[in-house]
Amino acid sequence: MKASSDAFVRRLLLAVACTTVLCLLVIAAFIFKEGLPFLLKVGPGNFLFSSDWRPDSGHYGILPMLVSSLYVTFGALLVGAPLGIAGAIFLSEFGPPALARVAKPAIELLAGIPSVVFGFIGVMVLAPIIRGAAGGPGLSILAASLVLGVMILPTIMSISIDALAAVPQSYREGALALGATKWQAVRMVVVKAAGSGLLAGTILGMGRAVGETMAVIMVAGNAVRMPRSVLDSGRTLTANIALEMGYATGMHRQALFATGIVLFVFIMILNGLASSALKRRAGKR
Amino acid sequence: MTPKVEVRDLRVFFGGEEALRGVSLDIAANRILGVIGPAGSAKTTFLRALDRMNELKAGCRTAGRVLVDGEDVYGPACDPVALRKRVGMVFAMPVPLPLSIYENVVYGPRLNGVRNKAELDGLVEECLRAAFLWDEVKDRLGGSGLKLSGGQQQRLCLARTLAMRPELILLDEPCSGLDPISTARIEEALSLLKERHTIVLVTNNTKQAARASDETAFFLMGELVEMGPTGRIFTNPSDKRTEDYVTGRFG
Ligand SMILES: Nc1ncnc2c1ncn2[C@@H]1O[C@H](COP(=O)(O)OP(=O)(O)OP(=O)(O)O)[C@@H](O)[C@H]1O
Ligand SMILES: [Mg+2]
Repeated sequence: MKASSDAFVRRLLLAVACTTVLCLLVIAAFIFKEGLPFLLKVGPGNFLFSSDWRPDSGHYGILPMLVSSLYVTFGALLVGAPLGIAGAIFLSEFGPPALARVAKPAIELLAGIPSVVFGFIGVMVLAPIIRGAAGGPGLSILAASLVLGVMILPTIMSISIDALAAVPQSYREGALALGATKWQAVRMVVVKAAGSGLLAGTILGMGRAVGETMAVIMVAGNAVRMPRSVLDSGRTLTANIALEMGYATGMHRQALFATGIVLFVFIMILNGLASSALKRRAGKR
Repeated sequence: MTPKVEVRDLRVFFGGEEALRGVSLDIAANRILGVIGPAGSAKTTFLRALDRMNELKAGCRTAGRVLVDGEDVYGPACDPVALRKRVGMVFAMPVPLPLSIYENVVYGPRLNGVRNKAELDGLVEECLRAAFLWDEVKDRLGGSGLKLSGGQQQRLCLARTLAMRPELILLDEPCSGLDPISTARIEEALSLLKERHTIVLVTNNTKQAARASDETAFFLMGELVEMGPTGRIFTNPSDKRTEDYVTGRFG
């Protein structure tokens, strides 16, 4: 009885796992099937490095979108990484343990807030402030960076908290016994030991920023133009796909799939970096 | 001569449990005090109370007095960070910091603001020699301290403690899990170190206390049963429980 139900569960799990992997493979294959021929016809160089995007007259250069995506992503990191890591360090090293116990689930809950809500707050609150304080249209790369920066906080914080919690207590005690202050021990030993975990959290947060679409569409302004400053309106790769998918046909449609390939490869690289950072930490112990 | 450390009615509580139950003793300067006792007799707790490491554990409370050179360690004027710069501690489990061998040794001096490269280099060699580790690692000082063997890590921890030039060195079972050769090296190191330092050596190995210490304190269930010159404790103890323990008839 026990053994046979065990075998059944194992087979069920195997089937579920296979289905999941299969789904992902089918999606990837579909994107590549639609986008790859286009990419080869236009040439990856023209596609990636031309800044002329006029699908109706056969110009498919996604450079403005690529640049906007990079701007927004790194802007989000600039906001989210220091805040997230500092917050994680405070919670797990300096705050009362009770606070950390309450805060971690609360932070993870934050990750569940629908992105349209973040976008809404960005449009209603942030954009007018930016317009008033710095000029420009308000709906801008800066606004998108700030909104995304907050949105990736939960990812960065919760992985960072885990990474800090995994640092053996003996490292802290060792440093303190040598006459380090709490802060010195954290800065010179704990953060160092947790370094690759903090890095992995940041990279995963970055992946989230690259892929986020809804909130970005709402606050970034979406102009198809090379952004000249962070106060400019910009359109990211994901926003471009979402905005034009509805009416795109033929080559135009394929161009959007090719954009999907670019995003896909980008995310793959980021995840690869993150998991190798995490593995490095596991190997070090 | 006034003792280096005076302990008066020292009590440590974990939550409601009283782990250390009112210990009073004096530790003479430039001597090795061996602390022996069965597992759970609060040897570690006693040792950690001397440099205020217990308070890093949640729910721990300390009562009584510890005077180092007459200064009350638990008094309001005592800064635990400054105290731990004067009192070095080597833990039962060897844990180098996740840094290179070199950086492990100079960690304490760097905290004290020593920047001079030549001075740090000299200190590294001196302390690694004193811990009988120099010959084994002199060609790989830049390598990770975590990649050393257990016995080497233990000696590295001793070296990094020595580098702070502490007046008082607290050692918690520094030879547990070490082979006899490494053990002999550490004991040799200690016998040289007591010329300049005062040492408290907690050990589960009564023979080690008999070999290495000048005085011996026997702990049982959080209490100090008896303390005296090592020779007398091992040959002519005044308490029956001490006699049972040192002759291996305990329990
Ligand atoms: N963090 C803690 N929380 C609660 N109780 C503790 C804690 N640390 C130690 N104790 C208790 O204090 C008592 C003494 O422990 P201690 O570690 O000092 O013993 P020890 O003599 O060093 O033993 P061993 O020889 O096994 O190292 C034990 O009963 C232990 O359960
Ligand atoms: Mg112990």
